[in-house]
Amino acid sequence: MEIDRPPQARLRIGLTVNGRPVEAGIEPRELLLDFLRNRLGLTGAKRSCDVQVCGACTVLVDDVPVSACCTLAYEARGRRVLTIEGLARDGRLHPLQDAFIEHAAVQCGFCTPGMILTALALLREVPAPTPVQVKAHMKDTLCRCTGYWKIIDAVVDAGRRMQAGEAPDAGGGAREVAPRGKP
Amino acid sequence: MLRPFEIHEPATVAEASRLLARLGEQAAVYAGGTELLLLMKEGLAHFPHLVNIKTIGGLDAIAFEDGVLRLGAVATHREIETSPAARQHAPLVARVASQVGNLRVRAAGTIGGNLCFAEPHSDPAAVLVAWDATLVLARAGGERCVPAAGFFLGMLQTAREPDEILTAVEVRPLPPGTGAAYHRFALHERPTAAVAAVVTVRDGAVAAARVVVGSVGPVPVRVPEAEDALAGRRPEGEVLRAAAEVAGRRADVLEDMFTSTEYKRHLVSLLAARALHDAVSAARTAH
Ligand SMILES: Cc1cc2nc3c(=O)[nH]c(=O)nc-3n(C[C@@H](O)[C@@H](O)[C@H](O)COP(=O)(O)OP(=O)(O)OC[C@H]3O[C@@H](n4cnc5c(N)ncnc54)[C@H](O)[C@@H]3O)c2cc1C
Ligand code: FES
Ligand code: FES
Repeated sequence: MEIDRPPQARLRIGLTVNGRPVEAGIEPRELLLDFLRNRLGLTGAKRSCDVQVCGACTVLVDDVPVSACCTLAYEARGRRVLTIEGLARDGRLHPLQDAFIEHAAVQCGFCTPGMILTALALLREVPAPTPVQVKAHMKDTLCRCTGYWKIIDAVVDAGRRMQAGEAPDAGGGAREVAPRGKP
Repeated sequence: MLRPFEIHEPATVAEASRLLARLGEQAAVYAGGTELLLLMKEGLAHFPHLVNIKTIGGLDAIAFEDGVLRLGAVATHREIETSPAARQHAPLVARVASQVGNLRVRAAGTIGGNLCFAEPHSDPAAVLVAWDATLVLARAGGERCVPAAGFFLGMLQTAREPDEILTAVEVRPLPPGTGAAYHRFALHERPTAAVAAVVTVRDGAVAAARVVVGSVGPVPVRVPEAEDALAGRRPEGEVLRAAAEVAGRRADVLEDMFTSTEYKRHLVSLLAARALHDAVSAARTAH
């Protein structure tokens, strides 16, 4: 995928977004959130607080949750970015997405992409977390609707099912691409 | 929307320092950007040139060598909280890194950016002053060491010269019989009040104590009156309570939009009691 260079673009970056290589001309001041939403049309990550407090803009960069609202697109060069759009595989939802639906952990849905990606980062480090572990990990991602319990239940359930092999972590592949560490 | 700027990618500290000297007020050091980009987004500051020090090799290293734990300035809070070397040789420093902000801020924010910004509500700053850590500042011409207590001059003000880069924080393991603890209370994202205590107990009495109050005033400061209230005494019930009370009464406290000075003093006393209790317990088991 090739993205057109905007008039003032001065940097060229290569990165992987949802498993696909992307080459783009960017301005240094371009925020990752705007790059994903406006340039790539990936509108799953939301802008809400805009100051790293709420987590609605969360995406994974090399498997680590970051606030796309306060991260320069420049920082994603050479890295793997995963957004909520990259989770489903071949028309099948990721087990976390299924669990959020089954547990009614989605109401307005504004926090959901950030919630699910934050949870995914946990499940990749701690395969079947306890509710206490889920709470500790998710406490910085805010939801104004659900009251959190359903979200915690959904994450615990998805972790259990993924570990039991009932539902594979198919989504967000491309884990093999690109090195880790600071660019 | 951010105003346009250029990003520089120095390969060495000397190169970064020369860029800062040449560009003067047009430039800012850019590490995790968790403070800097917020300021720039809000339009409170603008720098046409950002000097990205993350491109300098090795500046993120965390290593224990020659009896000193060295935290590279661009090590993130996340890297410090998960570093086996930090956990082993300065467990409190690792634990405090795990309490900073939220997981996304910890993934991007660096220890160097935290200290150089000198925001009054810094968790690591209070702990590192109590711990008597050393900050290493470097420029093209050479480097110097500054004790953490001498680094913070005022709100958002430090002893760093404009062309200096903070390259590392040096933390020595605590001497035998010494314990450290930190307690904070947060109403918002950052702490409202915090107390760090490092106490050495010898033959059942306090041989040395450093009590530092953070977040309530412009910079983290020791409270000598509280330390004096402990010196030479058996660190138990009434002695610890009295020292904690003095810490609250004597701390340098500023009023803010959310919290009265009276309430902050109350919090400092409570947190000091907890920090002293935990530091003394740790000291009794530290050989
Ligand atoms: C939502 C939120 C919550 C937070 N909560 C907490 C909290 O609970 N506790 C806490 O302590 N902090 C908290 N912080 C502050 C957090 O931003 C810092 O802890 C962070 O580590 C700053 O580092 P940085 O690398 O992002 O700094 P940057 O934003 O990159 O830089 C900050 C300043 O330091 C200068 N600078 C950076 N590195 C160097 C260097 N090596 N040498 C010279 N100058 C340098 C920059 O020029 C700039 O002026 C919070 C921040 C946010 C946004
Ligand atoms: S919009 Fe980025 S953290 Fe709230
Ligand atoms: S579902 Fe509405 S904010 Fe979480």
